[in-house]
Amino acid sequence: MIRLTGIERTYVVGGEAVHALRGVDLAITQGEYLSIMGPSGSGKSTLLNIVGLLDRPNAGTYELDGRDVTALADDELARLRRQEFGFVFQFFHLVPRLTAAANIELPMVLAGIDPNERHRHLEALLREYGLEDRANHRPDQLSGGQCQRVAIARTMAMRASVILADEPTGNLDRHTGQEVMAVLERLHEKGGTLIVVSHDPEIGARSHRQLRMVDGAIVNDERR
Amino acid sequence: MRFADLLGFAWQVMRGYRSRTLFILLAMGIGVAAVVSVTALGEGARLYVVNQFGALGTNLVIVLPGRSETAGATPGIVLGATTRELTLDDALSLKRSPAILRIAPLIVGDGDVRVGARRREAPVLGSSTELLELRHMELAQGRFLPEGDPHHSQPVCVIGTKVAMELFGSRQALGEWLRIGDRRFRVIGLLARQGESLGFNTDEIVIVPLAAAQALFNTESLFRILIEAKSREQIGNAKADAEEIIRQRHEGKRDVTVITQDAVLATFDRILRALTLAVGGIAAISLAVAGILIMNVMLIAVTQRRREIGLLKALGATARNIRLMFFTEAVLLAAGGAAVGLAVGEAGRIVAAQLYSAIPFTTPWWALLAAPLTAIATAVFFTVVPARRAATLDPVQALSRR
Repeated sequence: MIRLTGIERTYVVGGEAVHALRGVDLAITQGEYLSIMGPSGSGKSTLLNIVGLLDRPNAGTYELDGRDVTALADDELARLRRQEFGFVFQFFHLVPRLTAAANIELPMVLAGIDPNERHRHLEALLREYGLEDRANHRPDQLSGGQCQRVAIARTMAMRASVILADEPTGNLDRHTGQEVMAVLERLHEKGGTLIVVSHDPEIGARSHRQLRMVDGAIVNDERR
Repeated sequence: MRFADLLGFAWQVMRGYRSRTLFILLAMGIGVAAVVSVTALGEGARLYVVNQFGALGTNLVIVLPGRSETAGATPGIVLGATTRELTLDDALSLKRSPAILRIAPLIVGDGDVRVGARRREAPVLGSSTELLELRHMELAQGRFLPEGDPHHSQPVCVIGTKVAMELFGSRQALGEWLRIGDRRFRVIGLLARQGESLGFNTDEIVIVPLAAAQALFNTESLFRILIEAKSREQIGNAKADAEEIIRQRHEGKRDVTVITQDAVLATFDRILRALTLAVGGIAAISLAVAGILIMNVMLIAVTQRRREIGLLKALGATARNIRLMFFTEAVLLAAGGAAVGLAVGEAGRIVAAQLYSAIPFTTPWWALLAAPLTAIATAVFFTVVPARRAATLDPVQALSRR
């Protein structure tokens, strides 16, 4: 359960304050499939980063599973990010010198999980995402769709309960994009919360709840 | 994050940026190699001097005529009295001391040595039979000076190999006669080839009995008295005894200088050690330069790997994780560079030892420890700033840029 109340986020750009988020109230229950739509600069990504504990609000409170996480220490936030959230980015963000397998394994390495357990889980993930024959390829030897599948498999390394996808199809052709969305939706069907930021209405239409943002505020919250 | 994983991650980074890794290894390697080879040079020089002194004899105490005072003039100089000469009887009287094993009086002069039409100038040493043992000389052929009262002498001599070569050519020298000045001597022994030791080449000298040298150079006074103490512990006693005995014989005047080989050696040892340390320190500056290079490279890495660092944070890496990653990488690079440097320095030392076999080039143990440790400490020190910069990087900004 994610509950945001009165979230404000202000950046200072070139000496001028920019309001990225203005008084955002939002509650998301576990297992929801939610899309955040809106024009560029409307605050979609900022909202996603705040939900994912990558960014801190200037004002307002954030409750995660009933616990106020607004003022937690950095290390505690890192621990929560590791355990609860999985990020999927438009530009994949894989470490270029590591193989697909090593990229998927990375969160488990950071968490200090026992190598034997790590490898068992890694094998399962490679199988599940059809990446077994790509395990030892580096990102520059993979197609965009494969890169994004590696990134999605990576979110499952620590069994994230909330998947945050920022324009996950933005760098893919239509067909591959739909495949990637199908993979993400499978995670949702297994009980994960899926939050997708996009300005593609077709992607937004697939979700069960659609938020529309303009100028840092939620102007429309619609469920189907 | 596990230690093995930290190492593995750093290893991947080093492999991923190969030319960068090579440059750092090179810089660190040069620094460590410089320290190792320069200190090996200094230590080699020190050991060379120590060995040279050792070749002079063991537990050596030397009596010189005259007193070298550093402070003020002695009454003797003011009154115009000259210092007394050191005589053979002075030398023989030293045998009274229980701390003294053997003594050898010494007179040194230049002699005109001739055999038939061949002639050469050679240093002529007048001494007694004890000189052989005392100076650790060895004979190639024949005998050394005969025993007996050094006041009287037989017309015999012992010559160095080079002298023998030049005067007798390929002929057998043993048993032949040669002339020094207007006196004739029979060659009864040939010295083994020993080479130079502290400016005295035993290959080029002629040794005659003391009394013969006194007659040759028309002098009673000794150049030195060489004393061998009974043991290392007795060196101090031998020195004190020698001073006391000669003071008594010289009407209570302290007009000789007694030096011990140990004291001279210790001085040289100190000077050369300090020198080695100093040049090693200068070479260590190159390690600091390598450290600055590491800092630069790491700062570039923070910029180059912004997205990666942001990603690691999104994946749940703590600031501590990130810092540790950078430090591990720096330490690995420094350790690798140090290994390269040690290998190169060692190779250089072996080559130098081949080229100059007389000098025992040895890398001192402290340099073998200090060079790699300095390399690693410098690397860690110069990574503090880049590591902190990486750890405090804002992940949102780092990830938003393409």
